[in-house]
Amino acid sequence: MPIDFEVPEDVKNQGNLTQMVAEQVMRKSSRYYDEHEHERPMEYINFIWPFMKTMEAANLKHSLKRADKGNGNGNGHKKASTAQVGMIHLIESLSWGDAGIYLSTPSSALAGAAIQAVGTPDQKERFLDRFTHGEPKWGAMAMTEPNAGSDTSAIRTRAKLDPETNEWVLNGEKIFVTNGKLALEESDGLIVVWATLDPSLGRAGMRPFVVEAGAPGVTVTKQEHKLGIRASDTVSIVFEDARIPYDNILGSPELKKPGAKTEKGFKGAMRTFDSSRPFVAASALGVGRAALEFTRQKLAEEGITVPEAAPYHKLSAIQRDLIQMEADLKAAWLLTVRAGALMDAGKPNSLEASMCKVKAGKSVTTITQKCVELLGPLGYSREFLVEKWMRDAKINDIFEGTGQINTLIVARRILGYSRRELK
Amino acid sequence: MYTFDLTDEQRMLTDMVHRYSERTLRKIYREAEESHELPPEVIEQGWELGLLPASLPEDYGGFGEYSALNGALIAEELGYGDMAASLALLAPNLVATPIYLCGTEEQKQTYLPLFTDAEPPKAASAFLEPVILFDPYQLRATARREGDAYVLNGKKAMVINAPEAELFLIYAHDEKADSPQAFLVPTPAEGLSIGEREKWMGFNALKTFGVELKDVRVPAVNRLGGAAGIDVQRILNSSRIALSALGVGLARAAYEYARDYAKERVAFGEPIAHRQSIAFMLAEMAIDIDATRLMVWEAAWKLDKGQNATHDAYLAARYATHVSLKVTDGAVQVLGGHGYIREHPVELWLRNARSLATLLGAVTV
Ligand SMILES: Cc1cc2nc3c(=O)[nH]c(=O)nc-3n(C[C@H](O)[C@H](O)[C@H](O)COP(=O)(O)OP(=O)(O)OC[C@H]3O[C@@H](n4cnc5c(N)ncnc54)[C@H](O)[C@@H]3O)c2cc1C
Repeated sequence: MPIDFEVPEDVKNQGNLTQMVAEQVMRKSSRYYDEHEHERPMEYINFIWPFMKTMEAANLKHSLKRADKGNGNGNGHKKASTAQVGMIHLIESLSWGDAGIYLSTPSSALAGAAIQAVGTPDQKERFLDRFTHGEPKWGAMAMTEPNAGSDTSAIRTRAKLDPETNEWVLNGEKIFVTNGKLALEESDGLIVVWATLDPSLGRAGMRPFVVEAGAPGVTVTKQEHKLGIRASDTVSIVFEDARIPYDNILGSPELKKPGAKTEKGFKGAMRTFDSSRPFVAASALGVGRAALEFTRQKLAEEGITVPEAAPYHKLSAIQRDLIQMEADLKAAWLLTVRAGALMDAGKPNSLEASMCKVKAGKSVTTITQKCVELLGPLGYSREFLVEKWMRDAKINDIFEGTGQINTLIVARRILGYSRRELK
Repeated sequence: MYTFDLTDEQRMLTDMVHRYSERTLRKIYREAEESHELPPEVIEQGWELGLLPASLPEDYGGFGEYSALNGALIAEELGYGDMAASLALLAPNLVATPIYLCGTEEQKQTYLPLFTDAEPPKAASAFLEPVILFDPYQLRATARREGDAYVLNGKKAMVINAPEAELFLIYAHDEKADSPQAFLVPTPAEGLSIGEREKWMGFNALKTFGVELKDVRVPAVNRLGGAAGIDVQRILNSSRIALSALGVGLARAAYEYARDYAKERVAFGEPIAHRQSIAFMLAEMAIDIDATRLMVWEAAWKLDKGQNATHDAYLAARYATHVSLKVTDGAVQVLGGHGYIREHPVELWLRNARSLATLLGAVTV
């Protein structure tokens, strides 16, 4: 296939509806949910759920069919798909509407991605079917702990097998779980929890487990108050002798020594980052575009526009800033689309996924801060959304691997270094 | 549908130019820089690759078609080799491409076949001017209509290989049209004088000259594009894309050099690349280079599809200027004191990168 920047037809077609939701449903309630943290954006949730459950049903059907055909349950992607770039466009537009509300989208989300990546056909059926019908439901991913953020190998949540009941028993605390309360207490959802079978083994001892709403011993203990994306649910979850069925482990329970070939469950679930990082980048870029568009519009009302392709010395500092911001957004967008297109083509994209995440996270953080500056009192005022967008934007440089962690991943890849060589 | 793969032909093309860059340009660039002279056989070899004829259709003696995207792919590979040689090699394109894009049919028939000969043509473009605050839309050199002729006045800078030129393409502000226009000026031309060889911070192997125009009379038919004249934006777009791609190649050269060096160089008992402050610089270089390349490709792709690429080319040029400077500077930093010494190429690449802002006609500061 040649070099081509054309937006795929089906992706273009989805644009109108998305734009409508973003403008009519999300933007209108943006400020409200920013100021009423922990309330749920139900208009959006109810509006989007029918679309999400249809999409979930299609994904599940497709994935079961693939397994049926004997393609295994791995990461074989359909050739010439537009699924990733379609999601990237969708997320960018929804986040242009409101990034916090977008994060509240009812779906299997990161939990679904992990189950899709490493679950058996039976597990997929058992866990993911609920997202295809009935009331809105949420999936969530719980990795981070009070003493383990970037260094995921430091997690201490323990999973032990109770041979008598053939159940896993979980003990520990997870924090910052996006949509954790929605998944466990406000819907019949589920979360994927990372726990260790043997802390002395580091990563090799870690496994993802599926914990469904209603599991005994699981408590949502805290709802965070945040800088931004306040419409998004962020909670702590404590496991006290929480019991889940044996079959809720994703991947094999067999342990290998560290250094031995890493177990498929861990690697497979980690590979979900290859698709989720471009999604985070896309979300950042939606916020960045919102801020830049608004800033441009307000400046235009004051008579400040950017002449096309003008020599630099003819431009004011503000005009230069506008050009720089636009160029940064474009650069990050192209990196993001590339990461998605590679995955759609069934090609490896870990490097590109981290690249776009770094670029988008950093650019949009800077852009939104600059927009607040350029707009003076209007930028700083809570009468407008720019100050909120600046607060919302920042999360994209933090979750799904901070800017530094993704830079580290890029650096290791380009240098051909292991974790040990480049810490 | 988003795809970012080269076609088989494009792959062959870039491989071929890459080999030339790696095996030929990278062998001679330092000696050429220090002696202020490019070996003529190196340029001849480059010419033999047939890059320019491959960008012209058969009607005009070529064997391909104009493609900004292919031009960008070629320019990146050349830029990866050496900037002075790239510019010397691409100098005829700066005349041929505007003729192809904006010339009348008759001008194309007359001039373009000159660019398909076995010998490199002796043609030079004169666009830049020796002024600060250069504005490509408001040139200070002037063209005044007098009867059947235009009379050109003013000063031009950075004219490559001017003394040998048999044909100049000279840009000047057409007073009547109130826009920049281009004039085909064969030599010898009365009133046209060539100054001393110019001295620059970088690419010293490239021979460039100032050109002064004092009442140079050119037949009116030699105005490029005839009565319609030229749309300077089309020419700027295509040259911005090519120069930006050159910048991407230059940055890539510096990045790869620094990366390989950092894995070898030991300090405090470990390769310096084991340290994040070095490794992160390299990672950011890689990200910025990829981003710039995508911006260049998108602009070129739009141009080839006949879409308006002005803004895209402008943003790409801006990015390329910044990124090539940042990356080459970073490469010197990664090499430390050794980067400052002329035994390594990075100091030259930093000097070369600084030229892009100037060459790109003041799109950036
Ligand atoms: C709103 C929100 C939602 C979240 N949602 C989820 C979720 O759904 N599920 C989940 O599991 N987690 C979630 N997280 C957690 C998030 O992924 C972590 O906060 C993040 O990975 C960073 O971990 P930390 O906060 O412990 O910071 P730390 O790991 O303590 O890092 C502190 C600083 O040190 C830097 N640093 C750390 N190690 C290195 C290194 N080796 N080299 C260079 N710099 C380094 C970091 O980049 C950072 O700047 C969420 C967080 C927030 C704020």
